[in-house]
Amino acid sequence: MLGKLSWAAIPFNEPEAMGASLFIIVGFLVLFALVTWKGWWTYLWREWLTSVDHKRIGVMYVLLALVLLLRGFIDAIMMRSQLAIAAGGAQGYLPPDHYDQIFSAHGTIMIFFMAMPFMIGLMNFVVPLQLGVRDVAFPALNAISFWLTASGALLVNISLVVGEFARTGWLAYPPLSELQFSPGVGVDYYLWALQISGIGTLLAGINMVTTILKLRAPGMTYMRMPVFCWTSLASSLLIVAAFPILTATFGMLLLDRYAGMHFFTNDGGGNCMLYVNLIWAWGHPEVYILILPAFGIFSEVIAAFSGKALFGYRSMVMATMAICVLSFMVWLHHFFTMGAGADVNAVFGIMSMIIAIPTGVKMFNWLFTLYRGRIRYEPPVLWAIGFMVTFVIGGLTGVLLAVPPADFVLHNSLFLVAHFHNVIIGGVLFGAMAGYNYWFPKAFGFTLEPRLGAVSFWCWLVGFYLAFIPLYMLGLLGMTRRMQHYADLSWQPYLIVAEGGALVILCGILATVAQLVVSIRTREQRRDLSGDPWNARTLEWATASPPPAYNFAVLPQVESLDAFWAMKQRGPMPPVESYPAIEMPRRSPNGFVTAFFAVVTGFAMIWHIWWMAILGLACAVVTLLVFGWTERLEDEVSGEQLAADARARARPLEPA
Amino acid sequence: MSAHAGTAGLAGSIPASEAEGTGSGDGPAPVRIVVAYGFWIFLLSDIIMFSALFAAYAVLSGQTAGGPGARELFDLHHVAIETLCLLFSSYTCGLGTLALEQRRLRGFYLCFALTFVLGASFLGLEISEFAGLVARGAGPSRSAFLSAFFSLVGLHGVHVSAGLLWMTFMVAQTAAKGPRPFVRRRLLCFSLFWHALDIIWVGLLTLVYLMGAR
Repeated sequence: MLGKLSWAAIPFNEPEAMGASLFIIVGFLVLFALVTWKGWWTYLWREWLTSVDHKRIGVMYVLLALVLLLRGFIDAIMMRSQLAIAAGGAQGYLPPDHYDQIFSAHGTIMIFFMAMPFMIGLMNFVVPLQLGVRDVAFPALNAISFWLTASGALLVNISLVVGEFARTGWLAYPPLSELQFSPGVGVDYYLWALQISGIGTLLAGINMVTTILKLRAPGMTYMRMPVFCWTSLASSLLIVAAFPILTATFGMLLLDRYAGMHFFTNDGGGNCMLYVNLIWAWGHPEVYILILPAFGIFSEVIAAFSGKALFGYRSMVMATMAICVLSFMVWLHHFFTMGAGADVNAVFGIMSMIIAIPTGVKMFNWLFTLYRGRIRYEPPVLWAIGFMVTFVIGGLTGVLLAVPPADFVLHNSLFLVAHFHNVIIGGVLFGAMAGYNYWFPKAFGFTLEPRLGAVSFWCWLVGFYLAFIPLYMLGLLGMTRRMQHYADLSWQPYLIVAEGGALVILCGILATVAQLVVSIRTREQRRDLSGDPWNARTLEWATASPPPAYNFAVLPQVESLDAFWAMKQRGPMPPVESYPAIEMPRRSPNGFVTAFFAVVTGFAMIWHIWWMAILGLACAVVTLLVFGWTERLEDEVSGEQLAADARARARPLEPA
Repeated sequence: MSAHAGTAGLAGSIPASEAEGTGSGDGPAPVRIVVAYGFWIFLLSDIIMFSALFAAYAVLSGQTAGGPGARELFDLHHVAIETLCLLFSSYTCGLGTLALEQRRLRGFYLCFALTFVLGASFLGLEISEFAGLVARGAGPSRSAFLSAFFSLVGLHGVHVSAGLLWMTFMVAQTAAKGPRPFVRRRLLCFSLFWHALDIIWVGLLTLVYLMGAR
């Protein structure tokens, strides 16, 4: 009746796991009680859970990312604390079984449920505004994408309370992840959570590509698109081309585990290196899916806060698209030690180094934009400058790792761990934080408190170096990754410094939370009535903050690059005589309901509760068919309403 | 699977008032173009998913683990009939779509009934082939080669099944609502989907059956 599920699945005898479970359950109950007590359910349901507005969906993506940043960071600090004490004969406080789950969950959550939703959320929020249009190409599909991502995140967190998570690392290499060596439900949680959220990501990518290529304001040719739109396009193209590979690969591993097949098993003719090749054919584009939008954010931020047009726009676009193509030709550098032979390794090593060229072009473009600019050191630009310094170090260690002989020595060591944290924290996370500080006033109509923003930045920057430079050294000293304890006492001082670095990053996270709380409490003083608090250059700043649901009452006419800057130079627009009515897509519970059944199906598959899996899948399909039966409804926004909105917005700007 | 039904079924709305552009610099493209374009992108992603399985099949096709290989198992006559069914179903699907465009509803129903019968026959033949293999002890868990074969061909079969479900839904919707613009847009997506399954089948026929049975 309940498959493999029984009371034994609840980890009563593991205090840390029980503590975490209680924390999650109590957290949910408190949230539930608060919403009920305040009577927010109707508002929440009508305005957020069923919203198909790209801005609301973008905000929800970012919120999901911030919450899972906390979860992923708790995992990180547990690992650092374990390694700071588990030296010599000491075993620390985490048994190997638990430690393995923690590093697997940390990687999975940080990549799939922190970095991805953060970037997709910012893309969702910003791209239609920058293109000067009213929504993405498929608004209802957009809601489904978000809710499927949230479903995956939920399943990963359910594994904390019911059952266990994978012990196989964030990419679950076979044969370790096969049934023979991982008979528990941990790998199944991993696979189903990522299959469900992966479909959501794929649909989001299709939506974004279609939006950018087919929906742009009149006059916005390709070479007038803001750089963030270009990088979002490149990133979304990579999603469309790479995520199906992930789905297929996980599908094969699932068939191995559920149907006794032999794709990657040791017996029956299976080939585990096939999995490693396929997963990195997705995995290497994936890191560019994450970093390219960050490059776009830095381009916007640096241009806006230098008061100059971006240097070398054309070369920036070329470099972005070059990286987009090259990212598919380097996957083998993740496993030079496979033994493909010197020629193959040399080709992939050289291809990997070539990517440094377009990246270097970008770096110089940013430097030349800053050069002789009137730079305002607001938090977004701090993150951008911190990125430029940090990312170059990460890029250089990456070029070092791309040299096959060096890689044979450094493979699987903490040097590698330090390298990818260097580019992902120093690149993706810094970019996400820059975007969060930059676009927050657009989303909510008031700016974030800058001093706490700066504190957060400096803590992250200093904490990052303290936490990861020792890891580079340890890698060179020979310490491998994923060790729960170690015998060599001379490593311990480095790991204690790294623990200190993690604590400094913790201060940075607390400062971010404090910044948000303080900003909300003092929002009346920090209202942005102009819609353009940074004196920026692109179209998202041309509308009110927060923008109305329809973004633009009349679609802007674009005549050059940096369209909003050009409008400001031309002086005030003549008042609009009358507004034609517009139609906006109506809210729909489709995404939320479909995702609910996806969670039910995923959970049932994980625990082998077959009847429930069939029921959940059937309900999800029926939901889609029911919603597909009627034509999508639209709400009309009348011309009078548009005129009233425009008057209300103009009033505070008039001289008193 | 559910994603297929979703993508076309939920194609969103683009503000109609500005839908005069072509999407290439003179304003947003009209809904019809946006929907078809998005669906093309989805089909490309679907083909990439197949290509991962094709790659797996290419790597594993020799790994029979002492079991039967392609030459002993495949019956090309059977496959030829399957192929004819699927290719003709695309032809009738195309005729049906044209009939609807010209508002010839009876022609539309006739063509789609034929399409359904041909698609279902293809599926039936495939299931009988699979059942025969399993009965001979050559099931998907016998060897890596057979795992890859059943998954690659089976994934195509799952797509055909989803297509049959979608086709039924579309015919019912046309009957209930008439050839309204949103119904015609979805039918266009369906017909793109059905033709894409042909393209994949041609690849499958060549790589798996013709090259395997040599």
